[in-house]
Amino acid sequence: MKQTLKNVFSSPKFLIGFILFMVLLITSLAWPLFADFGPLQNVVQKNGGFAAPGTYVNVADAVELVKDNSSVKFDVDTSANRLAHRLDADSRQMMVDWLHTYATAEYIPDINADDAAKIQELTIDDMYAVCADWEKYYDFSVMPKTIKKAERNKYNQIDKKVQTMLSNEALILASKGENGLQEDCKVPMNAFVNTKDVASRYTLILGSDNFGRDVFTELTSSILVSMRIGLIAGCIATLIGMTLGLLAGFIGGVLDNIITFFTNLFTVIPSFVLLILIANAVGGSHRGVTLIALLIGFTGWTWTARSVRSQVLSLRNRDHVNMSKISGHSTVKIIIQDILPFVASYVVMAFILQISSGILAEAQLSMLGLGPATTEVSTLGLMMHWALSFNAHTQGMWWAFLPVIFSIALITFSLNLMNTGLDQVFNPQLRD
Amino acid sequence: MKGYIKYYGGRIAWYVVTFFCALILNFILPRLMPGNPIATIVSNATAGMTDASAIKQIQEQYIQRFGLDKSYFQQFWLYVGNLLKGDMGTSFSQYPRTVSNIIGSSVLWTLGLQLPAIIVGWCLGNFLGCIAAYIRKGFDKVVMPVFMFISNMPAFGMATILLWLFAIQLKIAPSGGGYGFDMVPNMSWAFIQSVLSHWILPFCSVVLITIGGQAIGMRSMSIYELNADYVKYSRFLGIKDSKIITYVFRNAMLPQVTGLAMSFGTMLSGNIIAEQVFSYPGVGSALLSSVTGRDYPLLSGCTLIITVMVLIANLVIEILYGFIDPRVKANQMES
Repeated sequence: MKQTLKNVFSSPKFLIGFILFMVLLITSLAWPLFADFGPLQNVVQKNGGFAAPGTYVNVADAVELVKDNSSVKFDVDTSANRLAHRLDADSRQMMVDWLHTYATAEYIPDINADDAAKIQELTIDDMYAVCADWEKYYDFSVMPKTIKKAERNKYNQIDKKVQTMLSNEALILASKGENGLQEDCKVPMNAFVNTKDVASRYTLILGSDNFGRDVFTELTSSILVSMRIGLIAGCIATLIGMTLGLLAGFIGGVLDNIITFFTNLFTVIPSFVLLILIANAVGGSHRGVTLIALLIGFTGWTWTARSVRSQVLSLRNRDHVNMSKISGHSTVKIIIQDILPFVASYVVMAFILQISSGILAEAQLSMLGLGPATTEVSTLGLMMHWALSFNAHTQGMWWAFLPVIFSIALITFSLNLMNTGLDQVFNPQLRD
Repeated sequence: MKGYIKYYGGRIAWYVVTFFCALILNFILPRLMPGNPIATIVSNATAGMTDASAIKQIQEQYIQRFGLDKSYFQQFWLYVGNLLKGDMGTSFSQYPRTVSNIIGSSVLWTLGLQLPAIIVGWCLGNFLGCIAAYIRKGFDKVVMPVFMFISNMPAFGMATILLWLFAIQLKIAPSGGGYGFDMVPNMSWAFIQSVLSHWILPFCSVVLITIGGQAIGMRSMSIYELNADYVKYSRFLGIKDSKIITYVFRNAMLPQVTGLAMSFGTMLSGNIIAEQVFSYPGVGSALLSSVTGRDYPLLSGCTLIITVMVLIANLVIEILYGFIDPRVKANQMES
């Protein structure tokens, strides 16, 4: 036993798979100790959720810091950055187009000829020059009356934005006093606060999902729940498969024919179809995590039964089994003492594969909306289901689905690596 | 010849029995639903409907179809009889359309996508796996772990990543659907072009997943075969390596064919789930809409059609297998 374990752990593939799996498991177990929020707490109240990953600092706290004079003034011009952040691509293109069309001698007669030539070469890549020229030449009145009012208003809005952004004057904070608004303090445009000084700040490593939940915290708890589903499903499938395989292979005869018939039947009828039908029949209100795990286990035993049976068939007429038979040992004893130790490695390998296929099956079932109908826990499949239902993928909210996909892939990858590692240890012929 | 007929006859009979069992399951499982199934189904189905005549029609249709007053046995024959007539009921969520109609169109899309993709992925995967086993060293060290990771990616995950990367970020592919949403299916060149451009991304996602799994299996089979005695003996005889490779390839292929047959169900149902990511108008999307719309007849039709597709695919593979593997033939000749 000790020697076997030593062999197994000296296989690099098994070791890598084991370490990967353990890292995932331990991270998921330990993260709640550091998490600011519960896994299903709706933290972000933005409409439609989906806050991007990053550190969020409380605005009121930051402003308080400025009031207390705890802010620091940097010797930088912040207008360029603000410009880059606040003007979207469309507005920039509109600005360049406006300059190309109207900043010419035709519309502005007193324009400098050199400037006009330069303006024609402007692109949206040089926004600083574009803004400088915009400030100099933009004039609402030069546009011909034939242009629609809506379009002209758009240009005016852009102009307003540019004007506020280019001004390096202070923002004024005011509070309601007896005589209307009263100036509280000025926030200079180049004032900065240290994020560490801000009292309330939260880091959402992977942003938030459509419900406004912290994706990373939700992900860690989902990984645990999905692993539990895989484990329960794997245990049940392995137990059923092993029992049937042992009985069919060892006892043979009519029993073998019946079991083989059912095994072949359920290998060909896709287990996923059975899962859909049963999950649908159970109905939403009864579908909990454990029930889904049980269902997956009860539909996924065929592979194990098949491989165990063929192993037992080749063992049945070995000398040591015949010796036991002659010695008058009971069937149960023979199976446990003389057969089971030889098929144990296959059973363990099949068990590992069952876990990974159980996790996958849950994910696929949830994708269809037939997963666990619960609001108390989340699973990897449910996270994926909600992300896709709220169109995270078409809106480019990668943090809502990429981490989930990679978690599923990593779990199954690590389990399969362990499986191949075991395979190489127990079947030396395959060894590299 | 007699052996062949006996073998294939046996296989076909076995598949017919399997199909019958699938039918029974498809009949019984929904009826195990707790409570009165008809009441639940009808209230679910008519939840969003305002058309009183439609509600009444569904109710009557269900009472008639399920034959509540009849025994389960009679109900089953009613069900089979309706199926034989191609009648799978009327869809609730897409009301006047029949289930047969919806499934008929979605099956074409699914087959047009899955069959070529699985075949291409399987061939490429086996080829790459064999090459990796033969070359080893650099190619093997780099390519195999990548394939291993890809093959562990769930089909819907691969679909989502490809969609996000190529359609949303790079904007070089359409973001979903089977054809341009401004088009009406017809046989014009523009329509076919649109279908192809929408087809390529789901196709690639299925091919990638299939390649990964097959290449790994083929690699380990080929390594096993390359160490076999007949390879060493052939080398002693001075047979060229390129010739030996063809022997190895052929022998290592056989388990791969069985593997394809055995994993067809898992693969196909996984790929069908991935269809909904692309909102591809195949069986997967029909399945999703049946679950979200609580469209019970459509769901039952979808599961039945998936089963039928898997059964037929397995049967075809087994028939081909008889031709490829001389041992099957030999077995039949003896008996």
